[in-house]
Amino acid sequence: MSKLRVLLRTTAVRLSALYLVLFSLCAIFLVFYVTGMSERLLQQQTRAAITTEVSQIEAVYERAGMSGLLRSLERRARQPGANLYVIAGPSGEILAGNVAGLQPGLLDDEGWKSEPFRYRRFTDESREETHVALAQVLLLDNGLRILVGHDLQEPEKFRMLVRQALVVALGVMGLGALIIWFVIGRNALKRIDRMSEASTKIMAGDLSQRLPTSGSGDEFDRLSESLNAMLGRIEKLDEGLRQVSDNIAHDLKTPLTRLRNKAEAALSGKEDGSQTGALEEIIAESDQLIRTFNALLMISRVEAGSAAAEMSDVDLSRIVADCVELYEPAAEDKALKVEADILPGVVISGNRELIGQALGNLMDNAIKYAEGSTNPLIRVAMTKSGNEAVVTVADHGPGIPEDMYREVLKRFVRLDESRSKPGTGLGLSLVEAVMEMHRGSLTLTATEPDHKDGKGLTVRMVFPARAT
Amino acid sequence: MVTRMKILIVEDDLEAAAYLAKAFREAGIVSDHASDGESGLFMASENAYDVLVVDRMLPRRDGLSLISELRRRDIHTPVLILSALGQVDDRVTGLRAGGDDYLPKPYAFNELLARVEVLGRRKGAPEQDMVYRVGDLELDRLAHSVRRQGKEIPLQPREFRLLEYLMKNAGQVVTRTMLLENVWDYHFDPQTNVIDVHVSRLRSKIEKDFDTPLLRTVRGAGYMIKDDRTET
Repeated sequence: MSKLRVLLRTTAVRLSALYLVLFSLCAIFLVFYVTGMSERLLQQQTRAAITTEVSQIEAVYERAGMSGLLRSLERRARQPGANLYVIAGPSGEILAGNVAGLQPGLLDDEGWKSEPFRYRRFTDESREETHVALAQVLLLDNGLRILVGHDLQEPEKFRMLVRQALVVALGVMGLGALIIWFVIGRNALKRIDRMSEASTKIMAGDLSQRLPTSGSGDEFDRLSESLNAMLGRIEKLDEGLRQVSDNIAHDLKTPLTRLRNKAEAALSGKEDGSQTGALEEIIAESDQLIRTFNALLMISRVEAGSAAAEMSDVDLSRIVADCVELYEPAAEDKALKVEADILPGVVISGNRELIGQALGNLMDNAIKYAEGSTNPLIRVAMTKSGNEAVVTVADHGPGIPEDMYREVLKRFVRLDESRSKPGTGLGLSLVEAVMEMHRGSLTLTATEPDHKDGKGLTVRMVFPARAT
Repeated sequence: MVTRMKILIVEDDLEAAAYLAKAFREAGIVSDHASDGESGLFMASENAYDVLVVDRMLPRRDGLSLISELRRRDIHTPVLILSALGQVDDRVTGLRAGGDDYLPKPYAFNELLARVEVLGRRKGAPEQDMVYRVGDLELDRLAHSVRRQGKEIPLQPREFRLLEYLMKNAGQVVTRTMLLENVWDYHFDPQTNVIDVHVSRLRSKIEKDFDTPLLRTVRGAGYMIKDDRTET
């Protein structure tokens, strides 16, 4: 019972019920209109025929008198499908004709009987039957009354048939609608049940679950698809979160242990001035920790999209130029040359600080890893094609193995296992988050894929820009 | 330094406030303390402070609303906002509310001290001076030229701005972050010592052919340009 109630509450059932009601009303109106119109038309034709006949009979009476009239009526009455003829006395008693009986008082007045009336007629088996007819009464000067009428049984039958057909059709329609309701509604319910089943699993924590799609591309599929896309995003965020908390535990334990050791050493240190040094190291160590936390916070804020509010038109060319200028001396200090090829005046919608930070991270990486390589060149290039602004930072350092490209974008992932270079392992993660926030893309490739040990790394940032 | 600087610390963490008060006292700065937004607003309105150090999250009235209300009352004491919210947009909202500087927690005290000193001396800063002088070094802001002992020193535009900022705050410590913010107008973490390299290039240009050093590194804090001979 409750299942039926649920079914009745589905949108499909409600809509189809509404359509059924509307359609039935239209059908009823149409049928009544058509039958009414055809009835009127038929009556008009009948009246015209009767009028003609009455005038003919009058003419016969004038020309041939009563006997001629009787003959003529007899002849007419014998024809197949004949009209109704009655000759009655002045008081209304039937003298002759092909009618068995009439309502009393019908013949009192001359002229049209305004409404179709009932009469009894002879059938082939000499039984009497009540039919409906339309008739005109003619008063003769000798006091006799002549009724000329036409049986309306056929049109009446037709009308009844149409009405019957209508009732049957409506019945069939109703039944059909009920079946369709049931099928559609149950189908919809089934799919929704499947969807809620999947979402219950998801709520229970299984974020890898996806809502089922039938592949038909209908509205349920579209809904499922967008919900699935949403789930994908949530899963990714959740995964990121999990990864971060895992990695925080792993990666922050090391510096914290170091910090603690140093503090312990400082505490037990002799008064030879090494205490100050140890404390300074402790401060440097905690600064690095703070830096890591800041980067983590920044990534999660950027990923959560809260910085998207601070987007405005920024001069990308300017930011690239600023970053090159900022990092160039540091590169030169490490015997690296920075070559910049910047396309001026490229404006995009973005966050200046975040793009600056991202580029800064790339420059910092390039300087850090290309130091001491055979080709001491860092190339920063900027191009624009269509509605894409592309910034590439290419170095000739050792590069990254191809299968690690995705890996290094993850938080805390550093190829340099020994941790000999300073860094948080968050630089590229932040760059990726920033690019995602700008609806751009980030790709890593080798600068010189064929080079033996100095393949180098080219980082390509693609920003959506206004087409010019 | 004849007059001592007097500041107000509005901070609800009493331990942190006590630490700050002690550290400022050691640096020669007198401080008052308010532990919530309302009393902070009252004290800042009633007394003349050189700088207000305001935590962003405060009971009874948050830091940003305190600043807006002060500005509405036409009190323009420089304000430094301290906040655990260190993101770009937080800084923007903080400065928009009427703050003059923004320092995300956790911070090094030296960073805070340097910023407070720069803010506190702002009133007397030679903003209108067209020529900055430190010892025998002269920077002409209009002509964009730098001379030492009358000898022209050619500088790159960025080096000029770097020197300009250092000389504007002559005798005061400016930190690396302050340089990145004020000379490059970026607030991000450059990861490495990029600023140091710029400063050392500038230093070699203005000191290479001369005897007295002017630009010195303040250990654990930043840089300061100062003529030692004028110090008594």
